[in-house]
Amino acid sequence: MRPEDLLSPTPSGVCCKPGGFFIDPTRPVDKAVITHGHSDHARPGHGAVLATQETLDLMRLRYGDNFAGSTQAVHYGETLTLGGATVTFHPAGHVLGSAQVAVACKGLKIVASGDYKDAPDPTCAPFELVPCDVFITEATFGLPVFRHGDAADEVGKLMHSVMVFPDRAHLVGAYSLGKAQRVIALIRRAGYDKPIYLHGAMEKITHYYQERGIDLGELKPVRGASKEELSGAIALCPPSAMQELWARRFPDPVTCFASGWMRVRARARQGGVQLPLVISDHADWDGLTATVAATGAGEIWVTHGQEDALVHWAKSRGLQARPLAIVDYGDEDEAQPELPLASGESGEAT
Amino acid sequence: MNDFAELLDRLAYEPSRNNKLRLIADYLRATPDPERGFALAALTGALSFQHAKPGMIRTLIAERTDPVLFELSYDYVGDLSETVALMWPSPQALRIFKSDASPPTPDPSPPLASLAEGGEKKRAPSLSEVIETLSTLGKAQLPAQLARWLDALDETGRWALLKLVTGGLRIGVSARLAKTAAASLGGKEPNEVEILWPGLVAPYIELFAWLEGRAEKPTSSDPAPFRPAMLAHALEDLAALDPAAFIAEWKWDGIRVQAVTGASDDGHNLTRLYSRTGEDVSKSFPDLVEALRLPGAIDGELLIVRDGRVQSFNVLQQRLNRKAVTPKLLQEFPAHLRAYDLLVDGTDDLRDLPFAERRERLEAFVKRLNDPRVDLSPLIGFESWAALTAARADPATGGAGPDAEAVEGVMLKRRDAPYLPGRPKGQWWKWKRDPMNVDAVLMYAQRGHGKRSSYYSDYTFGVWTGGATGDELVPVGKAYFGFTDEELHQIDRFVRNNTTERFGPVREVVHAPDKGLVLEVAFEGLQRSSRHKSGLAMRFPRISRLRWDKPPREADRLETLERMLKNGDALPSPSGERVQSRRAKLP
Ligand SMILES: [Zn+2]
Ligand SMILES: [Zn+2]
Repeated sequence: MRPEDLLSPTPSGVCCKPGGFFIDPTRPVDKAVITHGHSDHARPGHGAVLATQETLDLMRLRYGDNFAGSTQAVHYGETLTLGGATVTFHPAGHVLGSAQVAVACKGLKIVASGDYKDAPDPTCAPFELVPCDVFITEATFGLPVFRHGDAADEVGKLMHSVMVFPDRAHLVGAYSLGKAQRVIALIRRAGYDKPIYLHGAMEKITHYYQERGIDLGELKPVRGASKEELSGAIALCPPSAMQELWARRFPDPVTCFASGWMRVRARARQGGVQLPLVISDHADWDGLTATVAATGAGEIWVTHGQEDALVHWAKSRGLQARPLAIVDYGDEDEAQPELPLASGESGEAT
Repeated sequence: MNDFAELLDRLAYEPSRNNKLRLIADYLRATPDPERGFALAALTGALSFQHAKPGMIRTLIAERTDPVLFELSYDYVGDLSETVALMWPSPQALRIFKSDASPPTPDPSPPLASLAEGGEKKRAPSLSEVIETLSTLGKAQLPAQLARWLDALDETGRWALLKLVTGGLRIGVSARLAKTAAASLGGKEPNEVEILWPGLVAPYIELFAWLEGRAEKPTSSDPAPFRPAMLAHALEDLAALDPAAFIAEWKWDGIRVQAVTGASDDGHNLTRLYSRTGEDVSKSFPDLVEALRLPGAIDGELLIVRDGRVQSFNVLQQRLNRKAVTPKLLQEFPAHLRAYDLLVDGTDDLRDLPFAERRERLEAFVKRLNDPRVDLSPLIGFESWAALTAARADPATGGAGPDAEAVEGVMLKRRDAPYLPGRPKGQWWKWKRDPMNVDAVLMYAQRGHGKRSSYYSDYTFGVWTGGATGDELVPVGKAYFGFTDEELHQIDRFVRNNTTERFGPVREVVHAPDKGLVLEVAFEGLQRSSRHKSGLAMRFPRISRLRWDKPPREADRLETLERMLKNGDALPSPSGERVQSRRAKLP
């Protein structure tokens, strides 16, 4: 069996003909397997949806109860038979509930990894390496200049700034699903125990994380807090809110932005950020290349991001590699390099 | 060096002066000697060593990375040092599974998350170590040394190191700000540090010891030290000043120098001539140095005087252009010091005295020195601002006599002003006679005539003013000369590529706050005009410079021209011929 017969890339997502399903389709389909809750991967309107319980819950939070015709929750490590193929979910280490989907048929195994990272994250299950024949990888940070380092060190910079400027608010732009909760958890690990303030758009998702047993300490809404209360505080908001009227309630804030894009100065400067924090929910270059090599896959398909460099790298290692032109990925989370002014969070109410 | 790099990085993103101050002060407080001293030297621009060429950096990275990946990365980042800093294959960044040559042996239990434990972590070099090594290292050893450092630093550290060794370190803070931050460590006035500064060398151990209350104030052992110069502001509002509070003198078109003579330990006098920034230029002017026999420190203007007449700046420029100081040069271009202030008389520091008193001491000092190569800059007597305005308009009859050629305006100094380092507010004003300059934005261009008929060579330009819907540009003049042929080509190309509308031979050119071309326009005078929407007309405007570097948003405002008009700057200049602009003022 050729890999293309098991999973065929189409412009609206990867289709498994023998199994009768799509993975992360970008238009409504009868049966969808969803890797994680970011809106460019998890869209409403499908007939049946298979995903982890967390991903299903997050979709319900964002799209309402009727986001799909029917749903089925799948555990990590659980194998289902769908038509002529089997499907197994493995942790992707990207956000809460994120999964890699291993599709197998007649001895051929393809892993669609969705978005993933190999760096530690206290808010989700760690990435699991799944040996396979074909590995489908993202390439959001697929250039050797993207080296994300230790996220705890970046939060250390934030803590240092809070110490130097105890009277200024630190306003941290972070994507609502995954990044925000990870940043909060890292701030707690750094020993900060005062309340952390949240923009309205991230309250629901963050409370869901807490319900799932992730300790984020005391959280308060920015809404209703006085100027004095906010003046020395740490507050998190979606990147788009940093340039909005909403942000004016903070007197002389230090504007921070937690994103892998902050690695490149010109990018950080573009967004008017004062304290860039290089914290990413995607694998960096070293992570991508180490993972690709470790899967043992002889063939690599590259979905969204900087495909050229990763494809070149894989070929130079004697691997077969090609980009998949899937449109419409990268609307949410870091896949979109636009800085605070224009990020994918605009659909959510403030 | 990682900490210093982080400070630099943070400073680069922080727009507020006060917040920069706090960041620097926090760093200086938290960092031990001598590291913080070298950092202060780097921040104040006091470091010098031979810089590495970008080619060397490229070679280093080419030996370590795939050329295609490098090009893709460089293309994306756009800056060589930053690309190399980020791409550098640091041993610390290698992941567990990186050894992909061997068949993979995946182990599903531990995530391949963390960094390689195996690779021993090299010790990152300190800034002190880098600077001390660079100052002695031979050129041949530099690449290997640099590679070792790059291996041991993090991304930000590598970036700062590469910027430092290639001379591309742009800190975004002034030396003054860094010194102010240092002063704040001990709750001292920035001027106290400024005054000590010329006598100090990196890593400034004594300075920090004093600031932290652990030692006495450092004293200079140099018998002829530089004292930080006092600088003037451009005159803003003459009418608001009280003529009785000021002394006026000519502003000479020469080079500002400080001539210092002091007795060294062995009893001999040592003389040094400094530029206004404290650079020792004694070697270039031996003829003047030998004239300065009395201990003291004179602030004055270096000029060329032939047969008792001050020569124009062009003549001085000819002497400055010659590298070798030959007897012929000394004879043809005799250096002269026109003295206007006295900072030290013998061993008395006069800087705290009011200017009027220093001036008396200066007059006595010059008399005592009694050397034709040093004379007093005469005062301009005036009863009213009208009288001074007239003298400025015609220096020849206003008292400068045959030296009028070398007058570029007048200086106003408060009688009671102490001699303060830097540019203190309200003490000294300079009121130049030069053609006036504004930065204006190109709005319309028209095709020229004759041999220029194929070029857009007539330009209408405007300045900002408040309009109904925010700031807008209002035309203030038209110019069609002042630029070189090369510049004409450049403007013509700009006009053709940025036309927003056409009206016959005239093109409207893009002129938005962020897009457009800023022209530095020089002119001889301003007058009220009802023909122009701006209410002003320029006399004899010309393009003196193309400011490709300046966003239109930063061009001048109509208020600036209004103020010039009100200040009487608009009086026509007497000679009219003095139009060639001088860009090569040294140092
Ligand atoms: Zn994602
Ligand atoms: Zn994605």
